Amino acid sequence: MAQSEQEILDGLAEIVNEETGLDTTSVELDKSFTDDLDIDSLSMMTIVVNAEEKFGVRIPDDEVKNLKTVRDAVTFIGGAQS
Amino acid sequence: MTSNSDTRVVVTGLGVTSPVGGTTTETWDAILAGRSGARPMDFDWVTKYDLPVTFAATIHTKPQDVLAKVETRRLDPSSQYALIAAREAWADAGSPEVDPERLGAAVGSGIGGVWTLLDQWDNLREKGPRRVYPLSVPMLMPNGPAATVSLELGARAGSHATVSACASGAESMGYAIDMIRSGRADVVVAGGTEAAVHPLPIAGFAAMQALSTRNDEPEKASRPYDVDRDGFVLGEGAAIIVLESEEFAKARGARIYAELASVGISADAHHITAPEPKGSGAARAMRYAIERAGLSLGDIGHINVHATSTPVGDVAEYKAIKAAFGELADSIPVTAPKSMTGHLLGAAGALEAVVTILSIYHRTVPVTINLDHQDPEIPLNVVTGEPLSLPDGDIAALNNSFGFGGHNVALAITSV
Repeated sequence: MAQSEQEILDGLAEIVNEETGLDTTSVELDKSFTDDLDIDSLSMMTIVVNAEEKFGVRIPDDEVKNLKTVRDAVTFIGGAQS
Repeated sequence: MTSNSDTRVVVTGLGVTSPVGGTTTETWDAILAGRSGARPMDFDWVTKYDLPVTFAATIHTKPQDVLAKVETRRLDPSSQYALIAAREAWADAGSPEVDPERLGAAVGSGIGGVWTLLDQWDNLREKGPRRVYPLSVPMLMPNGPAATVSLELGARAGSHATVSACASGAESMGYAIDMIRSGRADVVVAGGTEAAVHPLPIAGFAAMQALSTRNDEPEKASRPYDVDRDGFVLGEGAAIIVLESEEFAKARGARIYAELASVGISADAHHITAPEPKGSGAARAMRYAIERAGLSLGDIGHINVHATSTPVGDVAEYKAIKAAFGELADSIPVTAPKSMTGHLLGAAGALEAVVTILSIYHRTVPVTINLDHQDPEIPLNVVTGEPLSLPDGDIAALNNSFGFGGHNVALAITSV
């Protein structure tokens, strides 16, 4: 049951908001997790694990370092769902 | 920067979140009014585990009503309480402008992040290691609250976590005095925090028969010095104060509540939990505090007692006061705030230091409640009925704290 890019983005924004307090509207596709959203590696791991649960996918630890932007994460999750 | 043991250390800010109030003022007003913070626990785990004690002095104002959501998520409740109290204390002190390298933090806890430790243990068992929260370790570590306060205020002179069970909060204030007198800091934010209203500590304290089981009358359960006392009431919260060298405080025109004149510390080396029966260790702590403050026994006009409402502990403290003060012991007005707040463990000494500071500042000693029939073995002059007015002029008080492990801490607090 693949979700649309917008659905994944909205879900991811909720997870980021819950973990970091950042406004959901600040979580945009071209934003970098580290440079723009100031998310550290510990928070990133929590976001990844919560995303796995929310979207029913598995994100291997090796893959996390490749998820530099929000778009990277949305694309990976979308691909893993299909 | 130089060490000076004569440096006077003064109190310029107070912060409290407790079972009787969400702020210092709320807490002080409740204590002056003799209101108990003990109440039935409405958590599902009370019946789930069939706990023998079904009440506690739970926090008055929930952290989620005060803190940002992300703060409640990323901090253990013990650090949340410390953060709330530290913010209040800092604002109350007028947010001093101080070189970060001259600002210290000393915040103790008796038990640490017990909620995080056991919640994450549940996560591990039920969902596996990947579901263990990545911030688990910083949340459960005993220096977590001190680190949280240091981060919040940018305190870079040093961040310290005093751990001495129920003396932790008072010991942190003693540590702060040392930091200022040794020349390491001009300002130190110091206190204690505890968030252990959790089934495991409750079961553990109950197993050692330390807790009152007066389940049908929570408000009457904490009754220090009463013949019918049957144990302490578990409380939670935090109390933090801002301490400064008098020179620094006066230079910036700060309001000064009182002087934290000295700390007396000793260890019983007698038994892991039982107090030394003659109270000699606790008496030494009191005498050290008095001597180091340059006071004499007759100068002490008030004692804020540790008095947890346990049958053995209350008698041991009386013997210690008797050993320290001799004939004066039975005349000095004493009060036991735990009769209202319950026992905040690692925050207790800090909360009671705040109460003692305000007793000096307002020259008013709050009452001890539930003292219906005073134990004849403890003929102390306990303030009951109405708050007691303290005289004008120079006044001095002691604040006692004792902890499992034989830790004895007495703080001497004087008027300015």
